[in-house]
Amino acid sequence: MGYGDVQMIDANGIRNDGRKAGDVRPISIELGVVPVADGSCRMKWGANDVIAAIYGPMEAHPRKIQRQDRAVLDVRYNMAPFSTSDRIRPGFNRRSREISKVTAEALESVVMLELYPRSKIRVEIEIICAEAGTRCVGLTAASVALAHAGIPMTDLVVSVASGKINDVVVCDLNKAEDNYGEADLPMGVLPNSGELAFLQMDGDLSPEEFQEAWDYNMNAAMVIHGYCVEALKTGRYPQ
Amino acid sequence: MKGGLVARADNMTEKKNAAGPQDNQRDTQLVAPGEDLGESKGHELGHGVIAIDGRIRATKNGRMNVNGNTISIEPRRTAYVPRPGDLVIGYVEGCTNNIWFVDIGAPFNAILPMSLGPSKADFGGTRSVIDIGEAILCRVQEVEETHSSVVTMKGMGLRKIRSGAVENIDPHLLGRLIGKQGKALRQLKEESECRVIVGDNGRLWIDGDFNGTLEVRNRLRSLTAEAKAVTLGGVA
Repeated sequence: MGYGDVQMIDANGIRNDGRKAGDVRPISIELGVVPVADGSCRMKWGANDVIAAIYGPMEAHPRKIQRQDRAVLDVRYNMAPFSTSDRIRPGFNRRSREISKVTAEALESVVMLELYPRSKIRVEIEIICAEAGTRCVGLTAASVALAHAGIPMTDLVVSVASGKINDVVVCDLNKAEDNYGEADLPMGVLPNSGELAFLQMDGDLSPEEFQEAWDYNMNAAMVIHGYCVEALKTGRYPQ
Repeated sequence: MKGGLVARADNMTEKKNAAGPQDNQRDTQLVAPGEDLGESKGHELGHGVIAIDGRIRATKNGRMNVNGNTISIEPRRTAYVPRPGDLVIGYVEGCTNNIWFVDIGAPFNAILPMSLGPSKADFGGTRSVIDIGEAILCRVQEVEETHSSVVTMKGMGLRKIRSGAVENIDPHLLGRLIGKQGKALRQLKEESECRVIVGDNGRLWIDGDFNGTLEVRNRLRSLTAEAKAVTLGGVA
């Protein structure tokens, strides 16, 4: 058996966890989980469990990273050693470096960095439990935590991944689908303007499949944005 | 000296709108960053909003206030950004031969040159005048474009804090603490029989007996809890 051979969706379009193609895993959001941070957010998305904490704006150290006209975002994405069944060696690795970089670049498009020259805003994303799509959960949680910290932003970033399993395009891949599926398309959407802040793709999709995955992501992002806004207004979602 | 007005946060207490907009037309609504708040034409933009393509967008999470034709957001949390003339309470974090570095709760430490210090000191004698870790009441003299600031201790009532306690509150709650033309703060001072000096950076110097200090602390705590309840949708 190779990739694409594992049956993950039945003839009725029901996936191995009981969802339909366009369904998103259950989401819960809680704000203020790290009292010492300036802003924080815990997001559970399926079995994913992520904490994002924001510190700053503060003086940027070392001085060589300072920018005279804007703040810098210091994003650190880290998976806890116990977050997956295979123990992850603590510390930065190639993957976490890459995700930290793309997360910072996605957030830079919404955070009004020009208001805090020479400063640094520290964004800490810790994956407590990983199922699939942790970069999406991390990015969404970080944008909610930034809003909670009172950092001026022009929009939130909501990130979702769609992909292809057994030649069917589905929304919000779970672990099995992510591991044995044919393609994965994580996207970071600015829900109020409909713009894109982040796009990656793993595997192959035809133009039609790409469009379908895109539409799934856009629709899911709008729904999840509603959850994020409710959490920001009331402190948690669901109540 | 108890209860006496030594240094007044004059730029806060005298402001007519210190407690937020008093207009009857006020409309409140909780908003999240990016939320569309209507057309920008005919509106003035206050704190926490920007205009993009003719529409007003929120940039902060908090309560929207409509005061006349000005739309602003009272944020849930803010970082202190120094402005010239602000009365602040700072902690000395370090010093050189003729400069103190003061933590005023802003992204950057402020500097206090010896020429603006409380008293004459010999070159290299900064620590004998104000030591590291000590709290001072000072005023922001200058803020550069790059956010680094200079504070001064030359001025009436500006001094080293030798007694009492320093407490913190979120800077955006100061308006509520002070009240309309300083009424609420005056009342608090009278009730607690404490000297309370409010810094614009959200730090308060409370000087008085134990029970008075406790009373002020309780007031600060209830204010913070109240604000949280408001933003959490308890009271609109």
